[in-house]
Amino acid sequence: MDKTKDERAWFLVLPVLVLVAFSAILPLMTVVNYAFNDTFGNNDFFWVGFEWFEEVLTSERMHEALWRQLLFSGLILAIEIPLGIGVALTLPKRGLKASLCLVLLALPLLIPWNVVGTIWQVFSRIDIGLLGSGLRALGIDFNIGQNPLDAWIVLIVMDVWHWTSLVTLLAYAGLQSIPEAYYQAGRIDQASRWAVFRHIELPKMKGVLLIAVLLRFMDSFMIYTEPFVVTGGGPGSATSFLSIDLVKMAVGQFDLGPAAAFSLMYFLVILLVSWVFYTVMTSLDKAGKEPSE
Amino acid sequence: MTAAALNLAAPAARRPSRDTARTRSLIAGTLLIAYLLFLLIPIYWLVNMSLKPNSEIMSSVNLIPEHPTLANYARIFGDPTWYMGYVHSLIYVVLNTAISLAVALPAAYAFSRYSFTGDKHLFFWLLTNRMAPPAVFALPFFQLYSSVGLFDTHIAVALAHCLFNVPLAVWILEGFMRGVPKEIDETAYIDGYSFPRFFLGIFLPLIGSGVGVAAFFCFMFSWVDLLISRTLTSVNVKTIGVAMTRTSSATGLDYGTLAAAGVLTIIPGALVIWFVRNYIAKGFALGRV
Repeated sequence: MDKTKDERAWFLVLPVLVLVAFSAILPLMTVVNYAFNDTFGNNDFFWVGFEWFEEVLTSERMHEALWRQLLFSGLILAIEIPLGIGVALTLPKRGLKASLCLVLLALPLLIPWNVVGTIWQVFSRIDIGLLGSGLRALGIDFNIGQNPLDAWIVLIVMDVWHWTSLVTLLAYAGLQSIPEAYYQAGRIDQASRWAVFRHIELPKMKGVLLIAVLLRFMDSFMIYTEPFVVTGGGPGSATSFLSIDLVKMAVGQFDLGPAAAFSLMYFLVILLVSWVFYTVMTSLDKAGKEPSE
Repeated sequence: MTAAALNLAAPAARRPSRDTARTRSLIAGTLLIAYLLFLLIPIYWLVNMSLKPNSEIMSSVNLIPEHPTLANYARIFGDPTWYMGYVHSLIYVVLNTAISLAVALPAAYAFSRYSFTGDKHLFFWLLTNRMAPPAVFALPFFQLYSSVGLFDTHIAVALAHCLFNVPLAVWILEGFMRGVPKEIDETAYIDGYSFPRFFLGIFLPLIGSGVGVAAFFCFMFSWVDLLISRTLTSVNVKTIGVAMTRTSSATGLDYGTLAAAGVLTIIPGALVIWFVRNYIAKGFALGRV
């Protein structure tokens, strides 16, 4: 759509600007302040430059948390994206059954995150949980409090349970927008099911799948509440992802300087990734629009 | 995309060979049911636990409660610290949804209709706030809202959640507004409509489903958050998430009440989903399909 050039549009954007600036820029400045200063309490600050940044960047603990986080996000994407597409392809196209499936699918998305954590914490307990006691009954030595691998498996299954529906709903929306003519063309060419998927459905879902990857990457990269409730970052620090480590540092140990430096770098990484995605997405938008208009 | 066209798609796709197509759809149906079961079993386990007395929860693992009881629910509805938790949570969620929509609507209109200096940068900056890790903001939020005297109020949580919800609402609404042809605006202005009258009287009804979807997302993200609401409240506004974490750590073993509280938090979400079920897929695609 051609947009009219009109600077008065700023007035329409102003409320958002004021509101978000109040809740984003002010707190962010506090973080910046902590990141470059040290304090002995009483609000006496003195400048320490990049000392906190160096400390965080060279700390073994940070590196480990970062690798854990990357591994977790990578696994989440590798499982949830294909699974979500697969489920979307099997969904009924319309009618009451479709509505019912959509509602059931969306259910995990609307459960408060601490309750999601509680559900899985209880579910995988070896004394009172169905999963934990069931695996025990099968003779598997399952214990999320002691075996790091078990804790990881539970967290990943939990995240798949919680968020695959998001990918499914997005893919489903993409599938719904494919005109019937495309399928007819496929049938005339006697295309196989795989060919239809590869050459008709997948290209048409590209845009929404990009949103799915973006959202899933961001949210899994910032995950806090669910692992906090299920494992508390343990056993040891096997499941201490970046956010958990950050809150431990800032609130638990009150190491504000390193925590703030860490926050800023954390934020910058996310900023960088969203910028890449945003650029790809807007250029895709343009590429998709131009031939048809 | 019309419903009739969709209807044609399913049977016609099966033409090559009826038998393989039938087995294929049978397999697909079975897999789908298996997946839905996977989604429902953990929830069922919570419901199951909420209907058992604590002694039974701790002593045995069974799929159906032997001594079903509503005592856990009675405890929640009989204790103000529990049921007020829901009230507090609902208050800030509704406040947040109202504020988010009120500021996001004009902004989304501006982004979808006009180009102005810095519009792309501004849009991207808004987007990055949706991507900001809540853990980064927890402590600064606490200091900011304490210093302006809003700590432990509903409005503090509602405003803090705006950081994540306003960008999302703008994004969704902009997607829906882009689908409305610009000729409608132009015709209305030629007919002598003022901007507010046009916006409220003509434009808003046209994107009604978009507003519903945006409201749904604001509701959802505000409702599911624990970290921010726990950081910004203490005594007067004790949210349900906080009530759950504190009770479970204080008594340690009251799993029945915890499960009942969990089940009750699922209900508002389920109700809201039912109302927006026809738009939910489009909404998750941020209006971009």
